[in-house]
Parts: sequence; structure tokens; C-alpha cells
Amino acid sequence: MLRMLKERLEAGASAEEEVSALFSKINKSRLNAYNVLSEEAALERAREFDRSPWGGLLAGIPIAIKSSISTKGIETNCSSRILSGYIPPYDATVIERLKEEGAIIIGKTNMDEFAMGTSTETSCFGPTKNPWDADRVPGGSSGGSAAAVAAGEAPCALGSDTGGSIRCPASFCGIVGLKPTYGLVSRYGLVSYANSLEQIGPLTLSVEDAALVLDVIAGHDPRDSTSARSEGGYFARIEGGVDGLTLGVPQEYFGEGVDPLVEKAVWDAISKLEGLGASWKKVSLPHTRYALAAYYIIAMSEASSNLARFDGLRYGLRLGADQDWHTTFSNIRAAGFGPEVKRRILLGTYALSAGYYGRYYLKALKVRTLIRQDFERALSAGGADLLVTPTMPFPAFRIGERIEDPLSLYMADVFTVPINLAGVPAISVPCGFADGLPIGLQIIGRHFDEAAVLRAAKAYEGATPYHEAVPKEVV
Amino acid sequence: MAEKDVIIGLEVHVQLNKLNSKLFCGCSTEYHDSPPNTHTCPVCLGLPGTLPVVNRRAVEYAIRVALALNCAIQGETLFYRKNYYYPDLPKAFQITQYDFPLGLGGSILIKGEDGEEKRIRITRVHMEEDPGRLVHAGTIDRAKYSMVDYNRCGMALLEVVTEPDLRSPKEARSFLDKLRNILEYLDVFDGNLEGAMRIDSNISLVGGERAEVKNISSHKGVEKALAYEITRQRSARRRGVAQVQETRHYDELRGITVTIRTKEEAHDYRYFPEPDLVPMRIADWVPRVEAELPELPDAKRARFVAEYGIADDHAKSLTSEIRVANFYEVVAERAPARLAAAWIADVLKGELNYRDVTIERFSPDQMVVILDLIEAGKITEKGAVEVIRTILDGPGETTEADPAAIVAAKGLSRVEDDAVVAAVRAAVEESSQAVADYRAGNEKAINFIVGVVMKKTRGRADPGEANRLVREALEGAGRA
Repeated sequence: MLRMLKERLEAGASAEEEVSALFSKINKSRLNAYNVLSEEAALERAREFDRSPWGGLLAGIPIAIKSSISTKGIETNCSSRILSGYIPPYDATVIERLKEEGAIIIGKTNMDEFAMGTSTETSCFGPTKNPWDADRVPGGSSGGSAAAVAAGEAPCALGSDTGGSIRCPASFCGIVGLKPTYGLVSRYGLVSYANSLEQIGPLTLSVEDAALVLDVIAGHDPRDSTSARSEGGYFARIEGGVDGLTLGVPQEYFGEGVDPLVEKAVWDAISKLEGLGASWKKVSLPHTRYALAAYYIIAMSEASSNLARFDGLRYGLRLGADQDWHTTFSNIRAAGFGPEVKRRILLGTYALSAGYYGRYYLKALKVRTLIRQDFERALSAGGADLLVTPTMPFPAFRIGERIEDPLSLYMADVFTVPINLAGVPAISVPCGFADGLPIGLQIIGRHFDEAAVLRAAKAYEGATPYHEAVPKEVV
Repeated sequence: MAEKDVIIGLEVHVQLNKLNSKLFCGCSTEYHDSPPNTHTCPVCLGLPGTLPVVNRRAVEYAIRVALALNCAIQGETLFYRKNYYYPDLPKAFQITQYDFPLGLGGSILIKGEDGEEKRIRITRVHMEEDPGRLVHAGTIDRAKYSMVDYNRCGMALLEVVTEPDLRSPKEARSFLDKLRNILEYLDVFDGNLEGAMRIDSNISLVGGERAEVKNISSHKGVEKALAYEITRQRSARRRGVAQVQETRHYDELRGITVTIRTKEEAHDYRYFPEPDLVPMRIADWVPRVEAELPELPDAKRARFVAEYGIADDHAKSLTSEIRVANFYEVVAERAPARLAAAWIADVLKGELNYRDVTIERFSPDQMVVILDLIEAGKITEKGAVEVIRTILDGPGETTEADPAAIVAAKGLSRVEDDAVVAAVRAAVEESSQAVADYRAGNEKAINFIVGVVMKKTRGRADPGEANRLVREALEGAGRA
């Protein structure tokens, strides 16, 4: 896919034409995938490329960026009113790397406000629609990125994944989404929701594309103390199949609460992988049932601190006349944050309060250790090489169906959040349809073993047609 | 002022202002002469998406201080977030330390209220980032608006917390002087820069509630604020006014403290480990930092006594400021060590303090020349003091003034012996009554004659020398 576009551009196709074709699609679209477009700058850069093409892994390739990733000169609002008009004076490290490799940024995609959501419905710009069924959510929180890629409004996109925010919308929109190992990709410039959990990653039409984008964005960054060295070369090592690999199938990820059609599609996928030479066995991740609680406590606690800086004093939303600072900050925060963000700030503040810290936050950290150990045990030498599960327990739900019931929305993250708690890499690839709605297969690997995850995903993709299906909302 | 029922503990915020860059970003620390908000970057402004990266040099400096304060360096140290809203805090949390601070359980020696050495225990030493600075349009309690300057934001601070071992405002000041002295010895801190040290003082009377007087930057201010607090708390107790645990602000102009908030309004800072930073194993750094630790004041003082044979009082005075100690050592290499100690400790320091200037205004070369002149008997002590004053009060670069030229210009050369002898002769002749009294056994009568000599030489004769010559003249005359 990206490879074909690259080849076209190398053969002399006009980047300007590619970019303007995208914008005419975007401008006609009713998906609401973007909330900021960088049309002029993107066209200008494309024209420059046409005049004197540059090299690079993504030379001339347009890319959409989630609104939580800082882009110098382009509004970065996290789909929140409180950051309306905020234009960062600096590029996130991943943006610098994309630019160094020749990519063209076309705009910022819609998302759940501050990445807090599973449906992109908490955006202050309204929900993004699922290209497979415009009455349904695209998943979240990187729903704009996923919908744009699925609908052909961007050839690839970046998202961020704190508890499933790349994999969930990839699954709901029938595309590929990779959450790298915690530390593989620099978080410098990603507006923090829950620092200890999140990673930036690619949303693409193919596994190969995900590997290519990962090659560009992965690697140590001196500006992020939690970033690690990358062995790189993911694209180059993508072939090789699953022959001889052992897949672990965690029993806790099947059964109650899982749509039978989803469950069937995943079992079919496991059979397919078996047919490609892998073996599989049941494994157990016994602390899975505590994962959601631990995840939400940690994420909300960190969020309550991260989001405290938004006070309107230096950037973002301002309201009429200022009063004393305390009142002014309160008024701006009351007007600037949506209800889900407020809920999480309140819960997180509570969880960190004197007297509750030990009962909630510290306990959640202990659970997190147990969950990481579950994964390490299941993926230890002699155990499984990879784990396979459904990405989401059900396909895309209707817009408005769950938004009034936060708990049922939180429950939707049950198969994605343990991966963030453990810090391991995971990919979602299309593995079938339920009543016309895409289903995602989640493949989970060992820490920093993205190579194995991508290889297996690529082998599966090569043996199945699902990634080639085109949604009906494509104009 | 030593009162047994006074309990004082200090929290001292020390800016590591000799670092080149801030604690978590690359911004320069030399903002003191710059316009507001010109030494900032996305990181220290806490812009969305930015992350802190620890300045390793700052950690080294912090270890240096903790070692010098005799703290145990922790094997692994961790940063926390202290969450609170304030306009000078752009992230709405301060990155600081909480559990697992850098250093625990130290102590330093100060001169106690009774004049004896006293050990003040140090609870902990930890690192944190400095917030920005609010500039109020007026006083803090009456300003219509305030402005914020983030130049200072993100500067590396050390917080040094003492046990409640101090018993008087004077002891508190003595502790602060000693701490500053140590910090300057370590070359991590310049106490002359604005906001270099800020002190929160906890003070209570035995059995009473504690008041915290926050954010005073001068040692003298701390002493005064504490003295005020003792009076206030005593008077409240006497009048039976209920006291509450509270935070107070020291109003330097009015010389009083005013309440800011009571315990009921106290913050819950919701500390939790900073997820953007990883724990640091600092145990491995300690041997290297320890090996590079310079000689500290107490050790230097002992060495001065042993090496130069000077009085302990002089050694203490000379080592109470690293720059004075260094000055002394340069001079003592080229002049008699004891004479140098006396002149620098007793005279020069006094003249500097009187003018509120530092020793950089005087050069060791100048001091050596003056000591040479004294040694050779070419100027009197009085003349030497005059030379020092003239240099310090001179225009332009005071260190360039030539002491010998001043002696010549001001006619400070000790009067030649002949002139003194002549003056003695004349004085003896004129003072027949005093001569008679002396001969009658009134030893004190000689002072009158010496006085006449001094008058005749307009003070340029050495009084001791004049005394000797008068005595000789009288005894010679007696024999004649």
C-alpha cells in the first residue's frame, strides 16, 4: 500500500495531485475524521517535493496525526475546548522523525477528548463516524486516525494507545493498528493522558505499512527518559511467517461478554495460523479480571495530575474578564473540559488523595506488577511466543448507545488495557466481519519483540482477504 | 535571647545557581539580568507533551551537598509530583522528592547561643525544581494584579530540612550562615544572586501550636521574623488567645508576620512518583563525588591553625567565607602568616563588612605590599588602616590602586627617626612639670610627654616607638 504509493511517486507521480486528491475526499467526507487540516502547508510541501524530490523512508507520503501529538505551527487541541487555538511551538519527536524521512503532514485527527474514551464520542467536535456504518462509532480514542485511513482520507496515520486507543479503532474500522512496547517510541510531544501506559503507534492499511512507519518513529530519544533503544529494521524482517511458533490463547479472553461472532472469527484466525505452521496452546493470565480496575485507577490518577496544567493562563481557552487566579482557573476548567474528562480528573484526584493513595493507587501498581508477571510467564521461554486474542469483545456499537453508561464503555477495554499495564507490544489486524462490521485479531508479543508480532500479523494478513475489503463510506 | 521553650526548625531552599542549565531542561541559568520570560523553553514552561530529563550534573551537585552535610546518600532515589495550583507553577505540579530522597540524616556544627559548638541535625536533603516568580503590583495581600516570570522556573533547588534543634533566632541565623558557607565551599552556589536561598521557618513555644513563616530570603530577615514570632506567640499565650497551626508571611517592610492560611486550609499535595522519570541508582556515583569533595570550612580552619600557627579565632574568621580563606592563603605565602591573619581577620574583614562589599574589592597583592610596609616599619598601624580604607573608598577598579602610592600621596610614611628624636627632645624641654612628675616616680606622666610628641609629629610617629624614645631621653637626662 504505502510501498505502492512510494513506487508511484518515485516513478514521477505528482505528490501535489496525491495530496489534493486526499483533501477533496476529506472535504466531501461526512465522517468528521479531522478537526484541523493543514491543507495549504501540505500542498506547498507536496509541490516542493514535486520540484525536487527528497529521499527518505516516507518520502512524499501524506500522513494524518492524532490531535494529541504536538505539531509545530499546527493546532494541537486534543479535541478539547480547553486547548482550542493552542499551536505548539515545537514538534513531537515522532513528527521530527516523520519529517526527516520525508512525510507530509496533512492534518490532525479527531479523538476522544484527551484520549479519554473508546468511541471518539467525547470529542468537543462531535463524534467521528465509522466508515463501515456511519451510525456507528469508529472506536477510540484514535477514532479519527482510524476512520481516515479506513476511508482513504489518509494513507496512514499516527495514533496513541493508553489502554487500547490504537487497537480498538483499528479493530472497529477494519485496519491495522500497532501499540509498540512501552519505551520503544518517544513520547516527547504526546500530550500526556497516562504517562506510564501510553505509546504512539501507526494506524495503516497493511501490516507492512505499520512496520515501515514504526521503523521511522521508533528509537531512543534523549528527551524522553523512559525511551529505549530500538533494534529497528522491522520492515526488513517482516517476512518469515509463523512456522514453528507457539501461540498462546489466554482462556480469560474468551467466553462471557464476548460476541460469539467475534469469538468465532478469532478461533478461525487461530486455525488459519495453525495452517501456516504455528502451533497453539491454551494459557492463563490469571489476574486479567483485575486489569480494568487497576488500569482506570492508574490512568485517572496520572490524568488528574497531567491535566491540571490547563488553566488558560499561558495558552488555550480564555473567557472574558479575569477575576482572581483561583476563580479564573476554575471557570476556565469548568468551561473547557467535557464531562468524561471531568469525571476522570475527579476520580483520579480522589484516588491520589491523602488516606486513599495506599488503598487505590499503590494497590493498582501492585496489580499492575502481577499482570506484567502474567504476561512474562505466558510468554516465557518454553511458553508461548505470541498470544492471540480478540482485540475488542464486540464490533463497533452505535453512536450514543453506550456514552451515557461510562462503566459499559470502560468494560469494552477489557482485552486491550492489560497489554498497556504489562507494557508489551500488540497489534490489531482485521480477521473477519460480524454483520458487515470489521472484527480485529490482537497479536501480543514479548517486550521489544515487535518483529515477531509483525511477522505473524503479516503471515496472517497474507493468507486472508479481510484487509482488502473497502468500507461503504468511501467517497 | 536564649529561651529554653523556643523550638525552631528550618526548611532551606538552595538554588544550585552555579549549574549551567536548569534541572529538567537545557535552559540557561543566567537569567538574573535578563528581561522576564526570556530563559524558557517548552519543557520548563510545561507545554503540553513535554517531558523532563534529569540534569545529571545537578544530581552530582546535590550529592556533593548531601555529603558535605554528613547525610547518608540513598542507594536509589526517585522523583515525585507535588500537585497544587498556583500561577507560578506551569505544570500545576512541582517535580520534587518525597519517599527515597537523595540524602537522609546529616548534621552540621554551629556556634550555639552559649558560645559552644552545637550540632544541628539535618533530617533530609532533596532535589526539586524551582517554580516561577510572581511579581505583585503592590504588596502580596493588597495587589490588584500580579505578573509571572518563568525565567526561574525549573532551576535546580535543594531543600535542606533540619530537625527542630534550634533554640533562638540567633542560632537559626548562625545555622544559615554556616550552611551558606559550606555551599560556597562546594562551588555549587552563589549566595549573592537574588533568590539564591529561601527559608521556611517552623517555630513554636513548648506546648504551643507551630507557625510556619514562609519564603524569607535573607538570614537577617529570618532572625527578625523569628524574634517577632516569639514575641507574638508569647503575648498570645499570656493573653490566653487560642493559637492555631498556621502558615505566615513575613512582611519585611513592617517587620511583622501575617497569617496566610491555617491548618484547615492546608493542601493535600497528592504526591505520587513522577511517571516520566525513572529511578536513579546514585549509590555508584558517591565514591567519585566524594573523592572530588573540596576541603570544608571546619577542616580548613583546623588546617590553618596547624599549618600557619594562627589563633583559632582568626582561623575561624578567615574560613567563614571561602573567598576570604583563599585570599588569606595567597597572602600568607608571601607575607608573615600570623601578621596576615591578624590584618585580614581583624581589619580588612571589618572594613569590608562596614562597606557591605566583598573581598573581590581588594587584591592579595595589595595586602602583601601593606604587610611588607608594616613589617619594615615604614608605616604605622594607623597608617596601614588608612591605606586600606583609601583603597576601598577609591574610585574605579579598587584592586588596581597602589598602596605605596597612597602612602606617598597621603604622607603616611612613618616619620623619620630624626624628626621623632627632635620632637622628643623638644617635648621633654617643654614639659618640665611632667618630667618632674616622672622623676618623682609618677610613671603615668610619660604619657603626657608622648602625647606632645604625637602632636608635634601629627600622629605619624609610632606611639610605641615614641614612648621608648621619651623614656630613653628622660633616663639619659637623669643620668646627665
